[in-house]
Amino acid sequence: MRLLKLVPDNTNIGFVRMRWVAFAVTLVLTLSSIALLMTRGLNLGVDFVGGLMMEVKFEQPVKLDELRATVDGLDYGSSALQNFGGPDTVLVRLPLPPGDDAAVQKVVQKVQAAISENHKDASFRRVETVSGKVSDELIRDGIIAIVLSMGAIALFTWFRFEWHFGVSTIVALIHDVTVTLGFFALTQLEFDLNIVAAVLTIIGYSLNDKVVIDDRIRENLRKYRQMDIGPLIDLSVNETLSRTYATTMALTLALGSLLLLGGDVLFGFTAAMLLGIVIGTYSSVFVSSSLLISLGVGPHTFAPADTGAAEKVGSR
Amino acid sequence: MLEFSKVKIWSIIAVLVAGFIFAIPNAFPEEQVQAWPSWAPKKQMNLGLDLRGGSHILLEANADGLARANIDKMEEDALSELRRAEGGAIAVGDVSNRGGRVSFLVRNVDDVDRAVDLLRNLSMPIGVTGQRSFNVEVADGNRIVLTQTSAGRTQAMESAMTQAVEVIRRRIDELGTREPTIIRQGSQRIVVQVPGLQDPSALKQLLGKTAQLEFKLVDITADPADVAAGRAPAGSQILQMADTGQPIAVKRRAIITGDQLMDAQQTLQQGQWVVSFRFDSAGGRRFARTTQENVGKPFAIVLDNRVISAPNINEPILGGSGVISGSFNAESSNELAILLRSGKLPVELKVVEERTVGPDLGADSIRAGTVASLVAVLAVGVFMLVTYGRFGVYANIALVLNVVLILAVMSLTGATMTLPGVAGMVLTIGAAVDANVLINERIREERRKGRNVRAAVETGFKEASRTIWDANTMNLIVAAVMFAFGSGPIKGFAVVLTIGIVTSVFTAVTVARLFIVNWLNRKRPTTITI
Repeated sequence: MRLLKLVPDNTNIGFVRMRWVAFAVTLVLTLSSIALLMTRGLNLGVDFVGGLMMEVKFEQPVKLDELRATVDGLDYGSSALQNFGGPDTVLVRLPLPPGDDAAVQKVVQKVQAAISENHKDASFRRVETVSGKVSDELIRDGIIAIVLSMGAIALFTWFRFEWHFGVSTIVALIHDVTVTLGFFALTQLEFDLNIVAAVLTIIGYSLNDKVVIDDRIRENLRKYRQMDIGPLIDLSVNETLSRTYATTMALTLALGSLLLLGGDVLFGFTAAMLLGIVIGTYSSVFVSSSLLISLGVGPHTFAPADTGAAEKVGSR
Repeated sequence: MLEFSKVKIWSIIAVLVAGFIFAIPNAFPEEQVQAWPSWAPKKQMNLGLDLRGGSHILLEANADGLARANIDKMEEDALSELRRAEGGAIAVGDVSNRGGRVSFLVRNVDDVDRAVDLLRNLSMPIGVTGQRSFNVEVADGNRIVLTQTSAGRTQAMESAMTQAVEVIRRRIDELGTREPTIIRQGSQRIVVQVPGLQDPSALKQLLGKTAQLEFKLVDITADPADVAAGRAPAGSQILQMADTGQPIAVKRRAIITGDQLMDAQQTLQQGQWVVSFRFDSAGGRRFARTTQENVGKPFAIVLDNRVISAPNINEPILGGSGVISGSFNAESSNELAILLRSGKLPVELKVVEERTVGPDLGADSIRAGTVASLVAVLAVGVFMLVTYGRFGVYANIALVLNVVLILAVMSLTGATMTLPGVAGMVLTIGAAVDANVLINERIREERRKGRNVRAAVETGFKEASRTIWDANTMNLIVAAVMFAFGSGPIKGFAVVLTIGIVTSVFTAVTVARLFIVNWLNRKRPTTITI
């Protein structure tokens, strides 16, 4: 049986030579993501801004304008309506009314009654209310989680490799996270708690790619003492390329089936993850390894560790 | 890397068999599993509310309210203690409980020391630090100031929350809902999860009420004009009638409170819904005495500072039981009976977060999640097969075993599968093959370099293992951070991810290697397609 080989043996692409182009592309992507975040901002869900959200499903597609008029007619503040998954499902968002839970309950019932009156086929699939206090905490915890995991990763990479690797990994990860957030600013897909989990996962898997390549660079640095750093990095990236490709492919297949078949609630989550995997692969192959040259990695980087630490690492 | 001892082989097989045994119940409906013989494993994965539908409610205690209640209680206790002091009542004046402390003047300076001793005994020691719940200080010679210490506040909150969980459990049980989860979260929050509950308004109605029942005498001396203007005579307070909102003056001191209730039931009396109640024996005696002394006067039945009714005492109530009538219907009388039976909440609770998922959305999500997982396994499986041939088959076996093990661990530990958890599962399906990809690619490379089959496989596993170790450690770090700081959905995702990382290293590295070694030893191939 002949096996599929999409990356031929002895592939040798000059990634290092392309690095200035890659750096420029990365910079542009990062900056435009930041610009998008600052101008359009994220479409934060009730998890993060507090408020009331309900998912309403109808038997037939409904006109958003009509529904909006119904909800706004109740005068409970500025409503936001959007289709969710299809034209027959709508997310309605409202600010929380002042007062206690009874006030919230009243708004929920009034809105449901008003919608049911005009649309007999409405079914309310989900109701969520989050108070401002809780949403503030959720934002804080989300930011702490992302910053902390990046910090932990930088330390671990430094500890397992050298500081250069820690820096290049973090630079690439910041790019990955920023571009993913930029994607959410661009598409205005709802940014909720699930997306924070997606971002953390992207960090995890983008890291996988980088560790695999870093590991190979370290191995080759010890093996080929006389080799120039440029060709050595190219060699390492090319040697691991078919692995990078195969894993990205497997992840894309798994996430692709989730994106197409996993239902509407997970759509934003899966989209973020899929994009993040692609972005992470790009930054691993084109950016973080080439960045090591600029940071001054060379055969000397692991030289003193060759006797003691290297053995310890290698015998695992 | 290619030798397996007999013990190791059997341990691996034992783990896999156990995995299958504990994963199996998840493939059957719950009712069917419960009917299995007692020796069979019955534990199924917990499904989160987002998958089976239901209500999630996060309640937060009102800390300020509790502190104020503590101060009020302290004032009452302190004054009554001083009144009943041995060696003569200690007269005090200028009592104030504002600013989070009780302060008053002792009229006779000679009594100050005696008063301080008495009050010290009122505050409770906390833990082993020697700190007490209240500080007793003397200012300006004859002013005594009582302040609650921070340890005292913490302890008061702690015991109030423990009690609140109990009260909530009793109230929810009374509703007859199925397997509610009630857990404390942090120092002043409680999570209530009720699967299958569609309309949480009745539940929230029950949870949001303190249900403090008090019987108070109506202050008939109060000037109606003053009452209308909201001014109460000394020792009295203005409350509102629950149904009409009319102000009414009642004595501050309660004759008796709901703490002494034994039972409460809704009853029909002359076509009207009422709540009948019965006091315990001490409460009954006290109620009898007070009603004897106040025949002909009205008293107020007060619930959470609103007057339900203010009937006249026509005759002494000696049996220790009575009825509360008001404008009740079947539902509201039942609700009040439940509230009274389950006791009052020691602290006011507010709903700060609520999520309700309908059962059809949950069912849709389960269906979509299952289909997506199966398609993911299939797609990844085909890809691995066409890319790595026989070695891809071994990776695929490892992949399926990994899914089985994740389900087994989740069932055994009682972890909760949520919708993001399903996503974590699908992600693990894609990620678990990464280890096999690394190993297979390395074997390919070593073969290209001209090593023989055995050496190539051996080096492949050895070299790839280090990378696999590094990569998975990092992913574990991220998952741990997610678990520690994530709430709700993020936690559910982190749980599955963590389990998946551990099981995938086992199946992808150890189990796949066992298969490959077994094949190498049996067939002794001189060339391999990879």
